[in-house]
Amino acid sequence: MTTQEQHDPVGWEYSPAPEQIKVHIEPKNKLFINGAFVSPKSRSWFSTINPSNEQKLADIACAGKADVNNAVLAAKKALPKWSKMCGSVRAKYLYRIARRIQERARELAILETMDGGKPIKESRDVDIPLAAQHFFYYAGWADKLEYAFPGRSISPVGVCAQIIPWNFPLLMAAWKLAPALACGNTCILKPAETTSLTALRLAEIIQEVGLPEGVVNIVTGAGDTGKILAEHKTVNKVAFTGSTEVGKLLMRSTAGSGKKLTLELGGKSANIIFADAAIDQAVEGIISGIYFNQGHVCCAGSRLFVEESIVSEVIQKLKHRLQSLRVGDPLDKNTDLGAINSKAQLKTVQQYIRTGVDEGAEFHEVHQDRLPSKGYWCNPCFFTEVQPSHTIAREEIFGPVLSVMTFRTPQEALTRANNSPYGLAAGIWTDKGSKIFEMAKQIDAGVVWCNTYNKFDAASPFGGFKESGFGREGGMQGLRPYIRLQNTSGRMK
Amino acid sequence: MRIPVDTVMVQQRADSFARRSIKTESKQQGLRLALSMIDLTTLEGKDSPEKVRSLCAKAINPWEGTIDPPLPSVAAVCVYPSLVRVAKHSLQGSSVAVASVATGFPSGQYPIDVRLNDVEEAVRAGADEIDMVINRGAFLSGDFGEVSDEISRVRGVCGTAHLKIILETGELETLENIRIASELSIRAAANAGPIKDGEVFIKTSTGKISPAATMPVTLVMLEVIRDYYEETGIRIGMKPAGGIKTAKQALHYLVMVKETLGNDWLTKSLFRFGASSLTNDVLRQLVRQHTGRYAATYDFSEA
Repeated sequence: MTTQEQHDPVGWEYSPAPEQIKVHIEPKNKLFINGAFVSPKSRSWFSTINPSNEQKLADIACAGKADVNNAVLAAKKALPKWSKMCGSVRAKYLYRIARRIQERARELAILETMDGGKPIKESRDVDIPLAAQHFFYYAGWADKLEYAFPGRSISPVGVCAQIIPWNFPLLMAAWKLAPALACGNTCILKPAETTSLTALRLAEIIQEVGLPEGVVNIVTGAGDTGKILAEHKTVNKVAFTGSTEVGKLLMRSTAGSGKKLTLELGGKSANIIFADAAIDQAVEGIISGIYFNQGHVCCAGSRLFVEESIVSEVIQKLKHRLQSLRVGDPLDKNTDLGAINSKAQLKTVQQYIRTGVDEGAEFHEVHQDRLPSKGYWCNPCFFTEVQPSHTIAREEIFGPVLSVMTFRTPQEALTRANNSPYGLAAGIWTDKGSKIFEMAKQIDAGVVWCNTYNKFDAASPFGGFKESGFGREGGMQGLRPYIRLQNTSGRMK
Repeated sequence: MRIPVDTVMVQQRADSFARRSIKTESKQQGLRLALSMIDLTTLEGKDSPEKVRSLCAKAINPWEGTIDPPLPSVAAVCVYPSLVRVAKHSLQGSSVAVASVATGFPSGQYPIDVRLNDVEEAVRAGADEIDMVINRGAFLSGDFGEVSDEISRVRGVCGTAHLKIILETGELETLENIRIASELSIRAAANAGPIKDGEVFIKTSTGKISPAATMPVTLVMLEVIRDYYEETGIRIGMKPAGGIKTAKQALHYLVMVKETLGNDWLTKSLFRFGASSLTNDVLRQLVRQHTGRYAATYDFSEA
């Protein structure tokens, strides 16, 4: 090798690094009712596909009215024994589930990535560990509930219908099941129709740990199954995470029924960068805010507000940073953005992008040449010249699409941030501590991240204001929706 | 001049580079690249001409075995000024450069005239590259003008030798200090005359202070280099030194360079590793990829 050759930079590229383990998937995936896997009485099945190659993975049972009814009755039957069980014994089951999730973490991560399209890096490092953490965390509360609500007498709510979305399938199942079980409720969980597989693996784990029959039932299906479940008269509580549109329907249908309801809905969260922020790190915050999980995140920082004096610097750095984001095979360990979850969602995202262009915003995208030919793909992108009145600045896109706007003063940042029907999350980037507190207390959002974004922890409550829903998940506050409180002082002995 | 740096997010970003999976072909290529970027270093009071001669032999031909295509030589041998002549003689006719620490390395606690004289002597003895230390005392007491002025004067006496400016980040402590020192050093070097690509490097450490090079520290310095390139079109080099001992670590650094500055910087004229034990670990991994088994550590010559 001559000296000159050594001076030439090499085009060093990463070789493919696909996850090698093959996970077995049953061709027919049944419903989990009363501790057993059963074929649907509806005799109806639907297929679930891998969104990164459009190949069918398996058939999933579609629960009809009779199936949902069986699941609800199983939960009802299991309730007396489970709710009266000593808290420390309930905790034992939850700990077992948590440990089993950890033991089967790799399998679950691969399955999550195949079924949902998210990069293996994220399912491996975020989804599955956090799911286990939630069970560990709420196992700890199961025998300490009276300390969470001192001076009150507590009892479980009863039979809980829990309907979860497709963006964090197993993690959302954990968010719903762990606190409900810790508090002594029994559950019927309905996963989203595009991502049922990990919930059904969780059913296997529930069998393995010997959870009493009927305490957790899992019914798969689409919106109709969810509707039947939420409207079942034996259900005492409905917990829903998903779109604001469906949330409103649920609120109507449960009104006057005596059912308790918690909703964790959409968002259009503001990510605010002040001129005195650590800019390079704020750019990292933009990336994890909007491109994490392909932007399929209810709290995604989809509205970026940048102080006018630094906007060109931020845009330039953002463009530079986007070049190193890798879009492609979700099972490749070096992939940063995987596939869009479904064809329908891809259409929605593309429609919003067209609307953005039509309304006069300027579209920016870094072209990736390694996108596979099949599958549902959307390059990470952003819009500048966005006005607060534009559709892309107001509606939730639920994809890797960022709207960049500017502000000049903290007050203007606040007004613009709060000018949204949603109030789920917000990010504030400044090196000045006092400004963080001043802003955070005035922002109408359930979660405010300061100099970071999209950080989750089982001990930290999560939930929104306004049309982003109500009720909190995680932390001690996450127990409240699953507990009935009475004032002991008013009771006769 | 002060640009805030947020430690938590820098750490998060730095960690993300270490999560890249570098396998098969890219590993082979990356390891060869890393080998070609090493400044094989000996900086001890007990250094002798014989020690430097064996280091030079290792630098030219890092491995005695045969492998196809042949392995590259390392980038440079880095010694104290008193041993520059020995190194220069041993490396004659090879592609390996002679780097000399100077300016009262490692403390820099000498009068400026002595430090400048130190550089001149090293250059006269044949050093191709000068690794200088900045005046940390002046920097930490806020006397940026003095630090900057000294760097300009050092570059002024370097002649055609390339200059690497050691910040000694372990003594500067905070990432903000490191960012300021990086910017200040580059601008001070530029004040002494126009810079061609790769003529000026910034370097983390002397290797005498712990912590030496870390991923977050190097990331902040790379970001300064990137910003300077955006502003001027001039490519400044980077040299993390001390603490990089394994091939895996070296690959993490290369990932960080690639994703922060791009493939342009993946050359020994713009990126170096200041290390000694790294060489044999890189060789061990390279040979393993070739033969399919790990050779014993004693299969590789010590320099």
